Amino acid sequence: MLTLEQLRITQGDFSLTADFSVPQGARLALIGPSGAGKSTLLNLIAGYLEPTAGRVLWQGRDITGQPPGQRPVSMLFQDNNHFPHLSVAQNIGLGLRPDLRLSAAQHEQVAQALSRVGLDGLGGRKPGTLSGGQQSRAALARVLVQRRALVLLDEPFSALGPALKAEMLDLVAALVTETGATLLMVSHDPDDARRIAPLASVVADGTVSAPMDTETLLATPPAALRAYLGA
Amino acid sequence: MTRDWPGIAAAASVAALIAGPVLAVLWFAGGGALPGPGDWAAVRFTLLQATLSAGLSVALAVPVARALARRQFAGRRVLITLLGAPFILPVIVAVLGLLAVFGRSGVLNLGLGWLGLPPVQIYGLHGVVLAHVFFNLPLATRILLQGWQQIPAERFRLAASLGLGPAQVARILERPMLRATVPGALLVIFAICLSSFAVALTLGGGPRATTVELAIYQAFRFDFDLGRAAVLALIQTGLVGAAALAALRVSRGDGLGAGMDRALRRWDANSLALRVQDATVLTLAALFLLVPLSMIVIKGLAGLPHMPNSVYSALIVSVCVSLLSMSLTMLLTLTMGLAALRHGWIEAIGLLGVAMSPLVLGTGLFILINPWLNPSSLALPVTALANALAALPFALRVVLPALRRAEHDFGPLADGLGMAGWARLRWLYLPRARPALGFAAGLSAALSMGDLGVITLFADPQQATLPLQMYRLMGAYRMEAAAGAGLLLLAASLAIFWTFDKGGRSDADA
Repeated sequence: MLTLEQLRITQGDFSLTADFSVPQGARLALIGPSGAGKSTLLNLIAGYLEPTAGRVLWQGRDITGQPPGQRPVSMLFQDNNHFPHLSVAQNIGLGLRPDLRLSAAQHEQVAQALSRVGLDGLGGRKPGTLSGGQQSRAALARVLVQRRALVLLDEPFSALGPALKAEMLDLVAALVTETGATLLMVSHDPDDARRIAPLASVVADGTVSAPMDTETLLATPPAALRAYLGA
Repeated sequence: MTRDWPGIAAAASVAALIAGPVLAVLWFAGGGALPGPGDWAAVRFTLLQATLSAGLSVALAVPVARALARRQFAGRRVLITLLGAPFILPVIVAVLGLLAVFGRSGVLNLGLGWLGLPPVQIYGLHGVVLAHVFFNLPLATRILLQGWQQIPAERFRLAASLGLGPAQVARILERPMLRATVPGALLVIFAICLSSFAVALTLGGGPRATTVELAIYQAFRFDFDLGRAAVLALIQTGLVGAAALAALRVSRGDGLGAGMDRALRRWDANSLALRVQDATVLTLAALFLLVPLSMIVIKGLAGLPHMPNSVYSALIVSVCVSLLSMSLTMLLTLTMGLAALRHGWIEAIGLLGVAMSPLVLGTGLFILINPWLNPSSLALPVTALANALAALPFALRVVLPALRRAEHDFGPLADGLGMAGWARLRWLYLPRARPALGFAAGLSAALSMGDLGVITLFADPQQATLPLQMYRLMGAYRMEAAAGAGLLLLAASLAIFWTFDKGGRSDADA
């Protein structure tokens, strides 16, 4: 279980609070207007930002002070999810060992992950030579080998067309089901949330609401969300 | 995260190596005399030649940069690359080329003689200024061209849609840019010319054309008057330090930037008169650079058979000094650059070297070494060290932005993957900064290869770098052999620069 305990961050005029838990294996969408703090929340959980107050706990263990690499977290950013100077296989291998000294078994693991996301035989290529969809698949292959308990998506598929994006979301849903990971994803589009996230939280007016059923939330949105959705 | 202590240790060593010799000089000068009339004359000459050199270089660079900014023609890229050459052209080689054109029996006087006109004399103030303009006109042009290219293309498009002519474009777009860029360019070149040594050594001299840097050398080498050398070194440190600090504050570009071959579409300068004007300006500038360079090649080829064997052993010495100096520069650049990502003050220490006068450093090190060891036994390591400190500011300015970009773009990803220490260096910083590292290594190796500075203080007659050997041949009036050595030195400098720069760029497919 992921617990955000009285979590608060203040940056100049901006501030955000969150105080709730997400059950293990849940899939939670964060919905709200841009600038409301959806990415900020993910960065707090992943360790890129320090909270002003409060704690982040995983399975009851305080991870607030840990550096990003030591948290049980895989995060995909909007861009720069690959090192362009390394091959696709190396980029995935970094998820197993940051110094890339992979054993034979780990090389095999990378090959299997590539195969699982449908990139058989493309491990030797540089990320820049892949299409946008293939790059997303490669990033997901790394999430797969990392086997971290928390997967955070900060709109990594926003540059893809609607069909491709839906395909990627389905792949994400399948992968986290396989690994049992807990998923938190930033979303601009209510349909994304409906597609793969049974739970949703509204990020608006400086707070993150506690997770609730996505369909219920979208059917009877609170005022802040209604203004954003324009319904 | 990488560990910071190597960078902090490197920064501390650099600070100690720059401040230590100055303090040694200061301590020694306590027993020295007050500056005499000859010393003040050197100060006056230094300021005069630096002012003239900076003013002329920048004034001439304005029309050249303007023509390059608004014209597209075959050979434009080559010309811009050529403008970067003086960075790595050894001063002593350039002087030889200038002598072949403007010297007593040079091309110019040959032509004047044909016309029955009296010959011109290159030695003295105007020779020193001529050589400085030869080196700094290209630098000024690159700095100003950078300024021109920082004017957004949309502004010129807007000016064209409003039907503005060249005079209005100059007033509205170009002059404000020049007002912001010219002071920096003037100060940078003024600071460079203040500590010019090799030019003054070869083309100046005598009571009326001695720079402070040259006076230090003479006090040291001819009179072995360490007290006077120390007093002069103090004056020089004050002069160069003040000018360099001012230049760092005001300057925006350093002419090292890339992307200058971007072509910019212009609509305001299509008249025939302006096209003829730009073509003339560019031709004259190219001739001013190319004729001396060609003379180096022509005379050098003729001189190759006349070179004594000592030239070849000097070449080997120079290659070793250059590689040692380059390794030291890159070690300092990388450790300090990585630490500077989190501690801004480390960059400031790296740039201190700009304010360092090589001969002051040499004098200070001599004073420090002399009680313990025969300084000439350390001539080559000390030369490599002085060259490394002198190249460090340039290398840092090239490498640090690349490291910052790597950290900005890929730092979060590396953090998330737990890439720290060696893994982060090996898989993030080194590959991302590789082109910059190669360029900086090439630059630093070439600068060291062509340097004629500290070595003149330390070397005994049995040892020499190639520039020093060349200077000795010139002093012995063996001009053919000197020309051959000059060509060899030029080729070696270009080759070593090219090798490292190329090494950084190969396989850059990402």
